[in-house]
Amino acid sequence: MQFVDEFRNPDIARRLIDDISRVSHRMADRLGRPVQVMEVCGGHTHTIFRYGLAGMLPSSVEFVHGPGCPVCVLPIGRVDDCVAIAHQPGVILATFGDAARVPGSRYSLLEAKAAGADVRIVYSPLDALQLARANPDREVVFFALGFETTMPSTALTVLQARSEGLHNFSLFCNHITIVPTLRSLLDDGQLLIDGFLGPGHVSVIIGCRPYDFIAEQYRKPMVVAGFEPLDILQSLHMVLVQLDESRAQVQNQYARVVSETGNAYALDAVNKVFELRESFEWRGLGDIPHSGVRMRAPFALFDAEQKFRLPGARAAEPQGCQCGDVLRGRIKPAQCTAFGTTCTPQTPIGALMVSSEGACAAHYQYGRVSLIQDVVATH
Amino acid sequence: MFDKELITLAHGAGGTAMRRLIEDVFVAGFATPGLSALEDQAEFGLAALMEHGDRLAFTTDTFVVAPLFFSGGDIGSLAVAGTVNDLAMSGARPLYLSCGFVLEEGLPIDTLRRVVRSMQQMADSAGVQIVTGDTKVVEKGAADQLFINTAGVGVIPRGVQVSASRAQVGDKVIVSGDIGRHGIAILMAREQLALQSNVSSDCQPLGALVSQILLAGSDVHCLRDATRGGVATVLKEFAESSNVAIQLVESALPVDASVRGACEILGLDPLYLANEGTLVAVVPSKDADKVVKAMQSAPAGRHAAVIGEVTSSPAGRVVLETQMGGKRIVEMLAGDQLPRIC
Repeated sequence: MQFVDEFRNPDIARRLIDDISRVSHRMADRLGRPVQVMEVCGGHTHTIFRYGLAGMLPSSVEFVHGPGCPVCVLPIGRVDDCVAIAHQPGVILATFGDAARVPGSRYSLLEAKAAGADVRIVYSPLDALQLARANPDREVVFFALGFETTMPSTALTVLQARSEGLHNFSLFCNHITIVPTLRSLLDDGQLLIDGFLGPGHVSVIIGCRPYDFIAEQYRKPMVVAGFEPLDILQSLHMVLVQLDESRAQVQNQYARVVSETGNAYALDAVNKVFELRESFEWRGLGDIPHSGVRMRAPFALFDAEQKFRLPGARAAEPQGCQCGDVLRGRIKPAQCTAFGTTCTPQTPIGALMVSSEGACAAHYQYGRVSLIQDVVATH
Repeated sequence: MFDKELITLAHGAGGTAMRRLIEDVFVAGFATPGLSALEDQAEFGLAALMEHGDRLAFTTDTFVVAPLFFSGGDIGSLAVAGTVNDLAMSGARPLYLSCGFVLEEGLPIDTLRRVVRSMQQMADSAGVQIVTGDTKVVEKGAADQLFINTAGVGVIPRGVQVSASRAQVGDKVIVSGDIGRHGIAILMAREQLALQSNVSSDCQPLGALVSQILLAGSDVHCLRDATRGGVATVLKEFAESSNVAIQLVESALPVDASVRGACEILGLDPLYLANEGTLVAVVPSKDADKVVKAMQSAPAGRHAAVIGEVTSSPAGRVVLETQMGGKRIVEMLAGDQLPRIC
């Protein structure tokens, strides 16, 4: 398939892996441990597992799966609030499919639907707006979540609703922003991460400049990466070369869609509708200052948090959950005591088991590390 | 006279309205000798059955697909092909089907007629007869338009022993056609998806294809049609039941370009998409070529291909060699595949 298979060429992959091996062996010798590179985005985690990339790499370099899966890091209390909205009389709750499965402290949205709430799976916020037009006597609430990738489409949908005077449409806003969370990870004294693959689609919107502090203040290389397997391998090689040459820069591997300064039109829409919250809770990581957005005051009519009385209760992280340690690169998913025993994709306990992009779900779905090693050893 | 009429509760009440519905829609539509006798059961002679083999195969399946009509099929063709295929996967020759309808009050009778016509066409092409049936009408809202249950009887030829537990180390894994078309056709037919594509369901009966496979003279170890859960789920079932590993080669999987395109956009994996006329076979290595050739000679098997082999370890697992040369474990999904948000 044109423009797809070119980015999955196994011959080029082998050459890149040879290059990666040479540099990473040298670096691992210098560090006395494998080089650890965090792929920030859940889409990258998905590619790494989907194509079996981790098993193709030498043992001198490892991926650490980052916090960039918006479904995974959604706190339980916010899911509970969303379930409460869905159960209000007259409400149609519109959600992306993978968010419907996230467990709250008692129910997920899918379970709320089974119990009688009117929950609809949509593919775009505009589908939710269409539901509002078609059901003028109902209140349609869109469960908005995601990073800057999905923020502009939500913002434009709200602007559209306002221009149409549709007052039976609102957002339950859970949009988050990755940069403060990266800073919070970097401020952790025990962080074992040597460099980063930057989130490709977030960067389409925000550009590359917001990451400059990673290189300048924390002296870590960051390469904004695309989502095809060769994108990942090439970006990893670029991080390793920087480390080898003792450089720390922000580089853009995904230049075919990411610009230095981002998408001004999208950022403008986002700024019109949203403002930073003082703080937002991330599942597995706790409260992080300025890491979430809410709707600005002029859009209160479209804000489900203003329209509905919400329980707003904060739910404790489940016992035995070590998602925070996985996210900081301290342990691998399989080293968590709950992994694959009490915590599975069927019955997720921790954030990272929830969505197929979560590091633990990906490990579980596409091969636990020891098993893959067995498989590779027997062939 | 029914053309603009709707199903009402009277059509399920056992009186003249119900009798008229049965005669005008079902008896006329199915045109099966014996059905017009309107007995409460169908009869067939044991001697005639025994000409086909020495064991009966018996199965049932219920169909609740929404929407009722989609590219390449409808609930009626699905209800016949689905049960015919479940019978055929034992190696049986499918012979007779029953059908039970649950109709929602308010269903246009014309819609029912269309479904019945499509069932009869599929039954003709599968070489089976619909010999008995039942109809219930439920109040509006208690069902989504129309549900169908079919049960079927077939006869397994002497000596044929097909089972999910018979995969052996060294066997080859064959798929009968390109995968994932039914799953994508249904997704496309659902109204919210603003995507257009020319993908049609692979909905088709597989009895003739299975006959071709058996005629090729191979001791077929496993056969299963890859319906819900797709090829991945069938192979995982084989690996677990037979306590073997199955090694798949991603680049050998036949996937139509339109299906692949839709999967790329929606973030879906064709290995998990439903099929309604595509089977997976596990056969001894020495027979693989002749089985593939035999399959390719039947219309339902034109795109048949070897997609992998059976090895000893890791037992109970399916391992995919990716297009990139990496390896990953193929597990069953916890639920439906859901499009990802970004």
